[in-house]
Amino acid sequence: MTKLYELAKVLRSKNSGPFEVTMDVLFDQKAVYERVKRSNAVTKESVAKAYNINLSDIHHFVFFDPALGIKITMAREISSGTAGDRDVYGAQQHAPLMNIDVDGE
Amino acid sequence: MKSAVRIVSPCGMLGYGFPKESFNHAFDQEIHGIVVDAGSTDAGPHKLGEGVSIVSKRAVKKDLQIMLAKGIPNKIPVIVGSAGGAGARPHVESTLSILNEIIEEEGYHAKIAVIWADFDQDYILQMQQDGKIKPLTENIPVLTEEVIRETTSIVAQMGHEPILNALHEGADIIVCGRAYDPSPFAAVGIFHGMDEGLSYHLGKILECGALCAEPGTTKDSILGTIYPDSFTVQSLNPKRTCTTTSVAAHTFYEKEHPYFLHGPGFMLDLSECTFTEVSTGVIKVENSKYVPSMTQSIKLEGARKTAYRTFVIAGIRDPLLLANIEEVEKEVLEQVRNYYPEIPKEDYSINFYHYGKNAVLGHNEPEPFRGHEIGVLFEVLAGSQELANSLCANLRSTYLHYGYEGRKSTAGNLAFPFAPSDISFGPVYEFSIYHLMEVEENPFAIDFLEVGKND
Repeated sequence: MTKLYELAKVLRSKNSGPFEVTMDVLFDQKAVYERVKRSNAVTKESVAKAYNINLSDIHHFVFFDPALGIKITMAREISSGTAGDRDVYGAQQHAPLMNIDVDGE
Repeated sequence: MKSAVRIVSPCGMLGYGFPKESFNHAFDQEIHGIVVDAGSTDAGPHKLGEGVSIVSKRAVKKDLQIMLAKGIPNKIPVIVGSAGGAGARPHVESTLSILNEIIEEEGYHAKIAVIWADFDQDYILQMQQDGKIKPLTENIPVLTEEVIRETTSIVAQMGHEPILNALHEGADIIVCGRAYDPSPFAAVGIFHGMDEGLSYHLGKILECGALCAEPGTTKDSILGTIYPDSFTVQSLNPKRTCTTTSVAAHTFYEKEHPYFLHGPGFMLDLSECTFTEVSTGVIKVENSKYVPSMTQSIKLEGARKTAYRTFVIAGIRDPLLLANIEEVEKEVLEQVRNYYPEIPKEDYSINFYHYGKNAVLGHNEPEPFRGHEIGVLFEVLAGSQELANSLCANLRSTYLHYGYEGRKSTAGNLAFPFAPSDISFGPVYEFSIYHLMEVEENPFAIDFLEVGKND
């Protein structure tokens, strides 16, 4: 069982404007990136499940080969800094992504 | 046209600070622009709404002193993007007053260009009625007259055009109100005749300072050089280095899409970009494409006050309370409501956050709680500070002494780290406008000031 965070060089989240949070998963070896891409473990569906959100809340889901990276951008339930927001910079929203099992079903 | 245009970015945010040696190292060669980004929406709507900054005046002055010491004597334009954090009038004015202080102290003389990014409510309302404004993403509500009237502070992100005008007028210092982060950098390249795509892509990388290096940081300087068919990025501190991965990865950073970047009046298509190391730590980037938009749109940002907040932070260690905390809090809330029947329930809201349990992800948290202690934060949001304070005082004393089912610790439920326990926070804002507005021509007003001694 290999978790996504064990393979990634960078696994982070950050606001992309006040109404979206974007996650970057970056790899430093092409082979590792290709392995993750081929595994089909990281998909719109698996991410929606990890975050308990609707598929339509994921605005962008892109594998970007030149940077060996995956970008996932999702809608914020509450915009940055508005009453009820829990993470103004969106900097700690990546954790559920870390445990996606790359070798699993 | 110059064969190479060099831009130094001292740090990722004016007032974050940077090693003077890194910055000064850039001037071993000819430099054409000293550009720093001062703004971001990252820290939330409060600074735009309240007209305040998240960096200290002291720190901004320290950074600007180092920048002006190179810029003014060498006639290199110094450009500040999104002055003061949010780039509205009070932010621009506070940056100008710091600049004036330095200019006077150092005996400089400078021509300052000030580019304003403020928009008044009547104009926005008119544009809304003309159908020129639309939400940026689908989770943003359509604007209403009420929202526009309540949004006391509205700015828009400028492109490179007004900054280009300031450069053509020979400004020594350019203070921009709210700008698209890469625009002040791109303006320097475009001013010297370089390609827009390369200039903007470089701007996107430089605006965060040395975050594109390894180890990355916003608190160090970085050098960008634009050539007719490419640009390069390199660290100015020997402790850091740029790699093809670090630069490519930074292209990704805080943007919704990895290779389509939307700016004012254009889109950057970076899908064909290549990143190569031409010499140790010098990364060359090619094929950044600038695609002008069919219609010219600018991004509006506005903040409105929604409430006043009072909050309390406390620790909870009792396992009997931890086992039923949500239930206990419901009962505490009910008791507060019963104490103040004269205050309508709709006039305030109360939120509980359990640090150590699910405070960061809330109801999306997939991990079960396994801890023996949590930090609890509770807040009251109400229409006035007095109301928030009064409700919070009652909430705190009720929570502290609440006799929940099965309780053994009859002396108190909360461990307060501070006395007093209740913190009056002040006003709370929200981004009430984050929309695209179609414009016909450059709507950003520019002023020129001659400052300092004439000799």
